[in-house]
Amino acid sequence: MSDKFFNSLIIKIKVIIFLLSLIPLCRLIYLGFNDALGANPIEFIERSTGTWALVFLMLTLSMTPFRQWSGIKSFIQYRRMLGLYMFFYASLHIISYVWLDHWFDLSEITKDIIKHPYVLVGFTAFLLSIPLAITSTKAMMKRLGRRWKLLHKLIYLIGVLAVLHFLWLVKKDHTEPLVYASIFFSLIALRFVYKHRTHFKLSVIRR
Amino acid sequence: MLIHKQSDIIPSEIASKETFENRRTLIKAAGASLLTASGICTGFINGSANAATGRQKINAYAKSKYSTDEKLTPYEDVTSYNNYYEFGTSKTDPSIESRLFKPTPWTVSIEGAVKKNKQIGIEDIFKLAPLEERIYRMRCVEGWSMVIPWVGFSLAKLIQWVEPTANAKYVEFTSLSDDLMMPGQRMRVLDWPYVEGLRMDEAMNPLTLLAVGLYGEMLPNQNGAPMRLVVPWKYGFKGAKAIVRIRFTETMPKTAWMKAGPNEYGFYANVNPTVDHPRWTQSSERRIGGGLFTPRIKTQMFNGYAEQVGQLYSGMDLIKNF
Repeated sequence: MSDKFFNSLIIKIKVIIFLLSLIPLCRLIYLGFNDALGANPIEFIERSTGTWALVFLMLTLSMTPFRQWSGIKSFIQYRRMLGLYMFFYASLHIISYVWLDHWFDLSEITKDIIKHPYVLVGFTAFLLSIPLAITSTKAMMKRLGRRWKLLHKLIYLIGVLAVLHFLWLVKKDHTEPLVYASIFFSLIALRFVYKHRTHFKLSVIRR
Repeated sequence: MLIHKQSDIIPSEIASKETFENRRTLIKAAGASLLTASGICTGFINGSANAATGRQKINAYAKSKYSTDEKLTPYEDVTSYNNYYEFGTSKTDPSIESRLFKPTPWTVSIEGAVKKNKQIGIEDIFKLAPLEERIYRMRCVEGWSMVIPWVGFSLAKLIQWVEPTANAKYVEFTSLSDDLMMPGQRMRVLDWPYVEGLRMDEAMNPLTLLAVGLYGEMLPNQNGAPMRLVVPWKYGFKGAKAIVRIRFTETMPKTAWMKAGPNEYGFYANVNPTVDHPRWTQSSERRIGGGLFTPRIKTQMFNGYAEQVGQLYSGMDLIKNF
């Protein structure tokens, strides 16, 4: 089949991913207008946007293993959009925290960030994701060259911080954050195994 | 080769989920009305029951001088946003998972440093003292608050009836342990059963309420039916729900949350805007029911009850005794 066919297929898939990724936001808007965000709507919005930022982080990190293990190269084409959606939902998360929850009370916010470890790691994760969003364009990729790859390794640190943020926020039942933690570490492990797969294969043959 | 055996039940005979739920409601309603008719269930309440919703009015109660005149948190929010881990760790779990919970019959056992160990049925607790409506602020340790019209009477009334001995320095409250009716207990998020405690003078303070209702109705299951503690100047978790045992002790009880996180939850747990929790800011709170664009409000010392309870802690280091 021709490259042309593949390119148009990839564009179609991108459009579908783009629209699907807006569903969580549309849901929040719909629930908001129907007074259906529950007893604590601000907490609901904070939780929802935070969770979706984490989901998109996991989706972003799963593109490389998908490509590696399936051999379908085009997976990597969706990675940037998913990463930007992570940044989008993380931004909504921060905006709801700064605006709805704390009404721009900067001294309260500063105290909250410094005093509470879970807020500190979450906020750090967000700050670290800003340069990644800024340098996500093709032009930036070209300009930064090899340094781009190095810079974007930050996503692993962001992943660790985001998972910790969720884990430390929870009072007692750690099931949900641990699910995300295990997905995150599986995605890292898959990369490691792939990288050393020849070594693993060889050791099997030798035996 | 796989051979498909014809199912004995034809699909048209299987009730849809909706039909099934409807039938269950009908059966329950029928059961409830039978009980009402025979006077078993509602005889002592002296009120009317709504079979469809299970909500039961409490007829006679007086207004209390201890009530605040702040705007009430809507009934819907008070009964759908609950921390009650016996029914699950999500705030919306208790209202759903407590539907099959049976608050009657119910017996509370009184033990420890008392003249005589006693057992008392919930219907007799209703007769122990005249019921009052008390509108209290409730501040959760997580940084949100509500204004709730409780129905009940001062715990002091029960304690007077119990006649504790001179050895009674503390009161320990134990909640029901029953993982059939309380599915959340199948997960060991806390060391079940739930245990809470008060110092004797705190327990005797007139503000300390034994609540049996809210919004003029019998306590809903998700709010601690049939009987719970309400200590308005302390964080919400001090209010033990579904109490089955009250024990008077000489030593400080080890509460469920102290066991779960000794550096996060103290025995006293007084609302204090100057002592922060490792996770949550305590200087301000979100009043539930305010909607999206209402700012937080400042948290008051002892949740605004300093005048009535401040003297209980004079000379105490409240940072150490958090």
